[in-house]
Amino acid sequence: MVPHRESQQPPGRTLRDRTRQAGVSVFANQTAFMLALLVGMLLIFSQFSPYLLTRENLFQITIQAAVICMLGAGQTFVILTAGIDLGVGSVLALVTVVAAMVMEATGSLLPGLLAGLAVGAACGLINGFVVGKMKVPAFVATLGMMGVARGLALIVTKGIPQYNLAPGAEFLGQGRLFGIPAPTLSVFVVFAVCYVILTRTTLGRYTYAVGSNPQATHLSGINTSRHLVWVYTISGITAALAGLTELSLLGSGQPAGGAGYELDSIASVVLGGTSLLGGEGHILGTLIGGLIIASLRNGLNLLNIYAFWQQVAIGAILVLAVFADQLRRASRR
Amino acid sequence: MAPSPDVTSREGSGDQELLKVRGVSKRFPGVMALQGIDFDLRKGEVHALLGENGAGKSTLMKIISGAYRKDEGEIRIGGQSVEILTPRHAQDLGIATIYQHFNQVPHLSVAENLFLGREGARFGFIDYGDLFRRARAALDRVRLQVDLRTRIRDLSIAQRQMIEIAKALSLRSRIIIMDEPTSALTDRESDTLFAIIEALRDDGIGTIYISHRLEEVKRIADRVTVLRDGKTVGTLRADKADVPTIIRMMVGREVQATCIGRCAADGDELLRVESLTRRGVLHDVSFSAKRGEIVSLFGLMGAGRTEVARAIFGVDPIDGGKVYVAGRPVRISSPAEAVRQGLGFLTEDRLTSGLAMSLSVTHNITLPSLARFRIGKWLLNLKAEREAASGYVSALDIHTPSPDHAVQHLSGGNQQKVVLAKWLMAGSAMLIMDEPTQGIDVRGKAEVHRLMIDFARTKRGSVLLISSDLPEVLRMSDRILVMHEGRLVAEVPAEHASQELIMEYATGSR
Repeated sequence: MVPHRESQQPPGRTLRDRTRQAGVSVFANQTAFMLALLVGMLLIFSQFSPYLLTRENLFQITIQAAVICMLGAGQTFVILTAGIDLGVGSVLALVTVVAAMVMEATGSLLPGLLAGLAVGAACGLINGFVVGKMKVPAFVATLGMMGVARGLALIVTKGIPQYNLAPGAEFLGQGRLFGIPAPTLSVFVVFAVCYVILTRTTLGRYTYAVGSNPQATHLSGINTSRHLVWVYTISGITAALAGLTELSLLGSGQPAGGAGYELDSIASVVLGGTSLLGGEGHILGTLIGGLIIASLRNGLNLLNIYAFWQQVAIGAILVLAVFADQLRRASRR
Repeated sequence: MAPSPDVTSREGSGDQELLKVRGVSKRFPGVMALQGIDFDLRKGEVHALLGENGAGKSTLMKIISGAYRKDEGEIRIGGQSVEILTPRHAQDLGIATIYQHFNQVPHLSVAENLFLGREGARFGFIDYGDLFRRARAALDRVRLQVDLRTRIRDLSIAQRQMIEIAKALSLRSRIIIMDEPTSALTDRESDTLFAIIEALRDDGIGTIYISHRLEEVKRIADRVTVLRDGKTVGTLRADKADVPTIIRMMVGREVQATCIGRCAADGDELLRVESLTRRGVLHDVSFSAKRGEIVSLFGLMGAGRTEVARAIFGVDPIDGGKVYVAGRPVRISSPAEAVRQGLGFLTEDRLTSGLAMSLSVTHNITLPSLARFRIGKWLLNLKAEREAASGYVSALDIHTPSPDHAVQHLSGGNQQKVVLAKWLMAGSAMLIMDEPTQGIDVRGKAEVHRLMIDFARTKRGSVLLISSDLPEVLRMSDRILVMHEGRLVAEVPAEHASQELIMEYATGSR
């Protein structure tokens, strides 16, 4: 095999080369494939329902996707480090009830929001400490948080949903800015920030490095255990943002809410092309993954398909999509 | 065993010939990995396959072992033309391959690994008595004494390799391919391996021996075939092939034996280690290294060389002793601290601890130095980062299709250069290099050596070279530190050093 020097490259740079130049390429093949899948799915559904491709319905899809996508954003960081956060559903519930209770107690919005954010961040910080410093495997640590957060949510509320929110609380979930739903804007902002962090900051770079090879990263002088604390804290913060959005959407803090959301968030990340083994993946893929799940639900709803079939469909799509990715990777070798 | 005749004087007759490869070619997208390869293997022969990384040895081997399919050409086994479809098919044809990284299951026992897939289970139940009996018989053939119930991961590399060979023999293989079999063995273990290979020869088994160690190849092989850039350069009798000729065939031009002028090490002291102790591992190790110097740390496996490096670099804790960097006492409790003090560590195993394989060349090079590309407090200047990394890619002549390619696609020598670039960019003044040229081809080795010397002499850095390649140590060092069982037993200046002297210290016989 003749070694290929840079100087022997053909003069014109291909689109692939140029997109690769962004340090972390914007569209991996998997992500592009998933985007095509999303668009294809929407087009197919639109054949059966004229309402599907209307602006209102598309907004509706993004609103339905918002909570899972936001959870997915933080989950992407965690999975990139070859970890997993199983607690985000329970943390979301805890955030909603704490925020609701603080709102009720103070009568105003801001303290409630801040309390919610603080709770989410705190849970994330604890996860990060347990995984990063105590070296407990992520699966176990976050499974524990799943139970603890859920338990706390039920304890502080005595199991009773919290309905007394502060005035203005419904904006985050139900309001609009320039005609665009607030959740849609929130998701956009969250993903934009996460994209910048992952592609343009040391925090993001270290996330990929730790996932790709924690030992080599440690030996390069990076404090990998401290880094993990950050990563799980980010997941906690996005869980809080998702929780506040959910609180606003439902108009109540449900201590039993968010059950199963963690699996949807993981599914979004995996659909988006991020490897569960860490070190490879794209945040925008997670957004597409979440939209695929929401579109699937939305489309099946409009077609009046029995709701429980949606579960089957999502499970099947997840497996098929990852299988297709395996085929793609194998053919590349 | 009669010496095998020159390949040009007599075509192997059908029944002497185990394997014949004629005109085999293999294309990968964008590159012709093999072109018209001719190769043959006789009964009871050890035939060495040589060539630089990228020459095609591994591709040829994979075709013979069934992992790849050839595009053109013919392969004959025992005179019959065959299409080797899968590794299992190759196994059925009597071909066994012993890879550099074994196909063993670490958590299972020796016996279970030997007969993985061939447990002889009845209705799913394994007869362990029978399994152990068969396993013991297999291990006796390679004279390996080991408890059959030991888990593979508790064994040494040498033992695991013997088990691989035993497995190959138990499959009634007639052709055994060995890829760099001695790279992780001590001299004594290598001798045992060679004795086994001689026994294989006597049994009429043909061995294809792939190695970069030319002295070794001359010792064990009957014939030598050299590949270069996917083509066969030639096949010689091993006793008729001298090392310069082989090297010339491999690289296509004369490679000067680099003779390093010894510079008077009058630079400042960069590192001093006093009474470094780690209970049970290191005892009272003291030495120093100056700017401009290449100091080698030599010793047999288990002598404690890597442990010294890890202790200095803050990977392992120390129980006693002091470390001084540029005359100042320091407490290095983590790699991060070591990096801050200007140390760099090129580890023994690039794959597991040197590089993040899924990350690009650029990202690997800049990893310790990311902070310097910050704009403001949070953001990174990606363009500056790319340019800086590209600079090192050219300066070190790293062959990669682009700096954004994942390092896992690079050859061993180029990967090592990426690791080196990483530390150069980090501004290390003192580089600890643990077996830097292990598993790298001749040309790659020469380049790493050149860069090492350039770093020491021109850039006035200091190198602590840990190596078990004695010729390399003798050629490159200004001073040689010899370790034996956790103690520093000798410090020998280059002009007084000889292979015998160093080995005497290393084996504790002096």
